Amino acid sequence: MSRAAKKNRTPASTVGRLVLIVVGMFGFGWALIPMYNLLCEATGLGGRTGGQYTYDPASERIDRSRLVKVNFIVNTNDGMPWQFWAEKNGMRVHPGELNEAKFYVRNPTDKTMIGQAVPSVVPLTATDHFHKTECFCFTQQVLEPGEEMEMPMRFFVDADLPPNVQSVSLSYALFDITELAGSRELLKESTADILGGE
Amino acid sequence: MSEVVVAGHDDHHDHGPDKGLARWLFTTNHKDIGTLYLWFSFLMFLIGGVLALVIRAELFQPGLQFVEPGFFNQMTTNHGLIMVFGAIMPGFVGLANWLVPMMVGAPDMALPRMNNLSFWILPFAFTLLISTLFMDAGGPNFGWTFYAPLSTTYAPETVTYFIFGVHMMGASSIMGSINIIATILNMRAPGMTLMKMPLFVWTWLITAYLLLAVMPVLAGAVTMMLFDIHFGTSFFNAAGGGDPVMFQHIFWFFGHPEVYIMILPAFGVVSQIIPTFSRKPLFGYDSMVYATASIAFLSFIVWAHHMFTVGMPLAGQLFFMYATMLIAIPTGVKVFNWVSTMWRGSMSFETPMLFAIAFVILFTIGGFSGLMLAITPADYQYHDTYFVVAHFHYVLVPGALFSIIAAVYYWLPKWCGRMYDESLGKLHFWLSFIGVNVTFFPQHFSGLAGMPRRIPDYALQFADFNMISSIGAFIFGFSQVFFLYIVIKTIRSGKPATDRVWEGAHGLEWTLPSPAPYHSFTHPPKVTDAEAHS
Ligand code: HEM
Ligand SMILES: [Cu+2]
Repeated sequence: MSRAAKKNRTPASTVGRLVLIVVGMFGFGWALIPMYNLLCEATGLGGRTGGQYTYDPASERIDRSRLVKVNFIVNTNDGMPWQFWAEKNGMRVHPGELNEAKFYVRNPTDKTMIGQAVPSVVPLTATDHFHKTECFCFTQQVLEPGEEMEMPMRFFVDADLPPNVQSVSLSYALFDITELAGSRELLKESTADILGGE
Repeated sequence: MSEVVVAGHDDHHDHGPDKGLARWLFTTNHKDIGTLYLWFSFLMFLIGGVLALVIRAELFQPGLQFVEPGFFNQMTTNHGLIMVFGAIMPGFVGLANWLVPMMVGAPDMALPRMNNLSFWILPFAFTLLISTLFMDAGGPNFGWTFYAPLSTTYAPETVTYFIFGVHMMGASSIMGSINIIATILNMRAPGMTLMKMPLFVWTWLITAYLLLAVMPVLAGAVTMMLFDIHFGTSFFNAAGGGDPVMFQHIFWFFGHPEVYIMILPAFGVVSQIIPTFSRKPLFGYDSMVYATASIAFLSFIVWAHHMFTVGMPLAGQLFFMYATMLIAIPTGVKVFNWVSTMWRGSMSFETPMLFAIAFVILFTIGGFSGLMLAITPADYQYHDTYFVVAHFHYVLVPGALFSIIAAVYYWLPKWCGRMYDESLGKLHFWLSFIGVNVTFFPQHFSGLAGMPRRIPDYALQFADFNMISSIGAFIFGFSQVFFLYIVIKTIRSGKPATDRVWEGAHGLEWTLPSPAPYHSFTHPPKVTDAEAHS
């Protein structure tokens, strides 16, 4: 009367396969993170801009016949007490030409704090053509109480920017990462403790 | 009926249940475990219902009456979590435990001990979750969809309890699904081929695969939250280079299949009940199976219809809009088949049938509002309003929940050997039917007029609709206490049920005596054309 004999599969082998599905899907869940990031970087979805770019004046084609408006939008995230402003609201640039814009932050509190700016560019079609050669968003900012800092940002828009794009907006959100940086340090120390443990 | 091998009588090693509490703690019997799941589900349903009534009491009038906004958020969040993970899902697992072995002619579930574990994790998981409501920091308040960073950076400290609670619920569901699949694939009686299985078994087989595919993703998501909260990672924290929108993608990759997890077994239940009371075989059995499988497949490629407003490229919005609308096709096939089954049947309207017919009608209304929401530009307007609340309550309450209630009325006589009181059952049906519509229909209107969801207060123009809604909710809520009374009365003093129970019923479970013996089909039954789809 063995039911299992009827089919050549036993519960154990079925369960084995099913467990594989579970493990695989758990892995898939985690793999979604790099997949998502790759997709965003490849397509510029979510306004992702690339990392630091090197500007080579020799190879960059400069299009003096065209002017593109670049807008700067700055804001501080909820709960971030710093003041954050740009020297200019925007500028008109020729594609291919390197430009500089100045941004400022000030820490009005009586605590040393760490800030991090996160950039984003719209429209989507411009993200691949907007390059930063120097940006405060590549690093964290540590400000003493009352300290103010000037932060230059160098960028250019390459000449391949689709012709229908007349203006590009670059937005920065400034986050307070004092705690986050602290807990990261702590994590590093404690993992070092565990790894180097007595 | 006569060629049936009645199990239990010729068994020398047969034994009944243990006595007392130990029976329930250590049981590996699928019927006991099914019973445990169903009672647990009902308890959670009552608790979730109380939270819902707190919400509706607060919304009875504009202004803040009874609760603080923060507490209100805890109510909406926990109402959703408890109903989804505590009431609907365990309710269906309970039905699967009771019915799948009897329907496929198996003596028990494939992995009886794991079955015990899957159930007993649940009370602990929900104790963990619900206990947070009594802590100083308060329970989860970020919505049942727990979007990061609301559920990470801005969450109450108790979020860790929530995370472990979800891990445990996930483990329970995964083990339960493995068990159900192994039972269906390995334990069927000879002759019970896949395409002869009752639709309830089919829908559960597919649901179990959905669970296996998405519960691990949910587990991954809450683990990432745990890391973000306690270990300084930034999966979802923009400040550290993470992306909150990514949370929504991961959540809805789980979440949309999850809503089908809550409705496919309901399709199965209704597909068992309608033929019985129409005294006709199910119309379009094969197409039902294929429609279920296509719905399951499509459910993986529509998740971003919950996220139309987060900012997506046009191509993405169009893709998710069309893919979502595509689901309406297999769903429509099902509705068509149920209606065709009833067409020219000699129908009778016992309580399970009333609930099943109400399911078909009201679920379809929910499907239509779903289609409206699937239209991307329209969704910009409807998103996060009461229209969405109306939509998913129509598919979940008179959908998933009605099917569970219908199933209880339909199979209770088989489970406990006693008949419920038909007039009380009908009264319960009409109270529920009226209650559910009075509660949720006006929410379509308040939503279209722009009332946002998850708020404790609202503008004056929504006052009438909300008052009607609250009255309906109290009618509905108290009718479910009446349901409890009917079930207890049946178990205690119902009239003895016949073995077949319903004259039009087909299926192996009806060949067993009523109540079904503690051990059934210890020898595989003969699968005849009368008792299986052929
Ligand atoms: C024809 C079939 C369906 C379609 C086209 C559909 C479409 C949609 C859409 C577009 C939304 C997002 C609305 C928004 O947030 O703006 C939504 C939300 C929802 N749907 Fe459906 N749906 C369908 C069936 C179902 C079924 C069968 C269930 C469950 C049994 C369900 C449960 C839900 C839930 C729970 C939400 C809200 C989630 C939340 O934000 O809390 N839907 N539906
Ligand atoms: Cu969905």
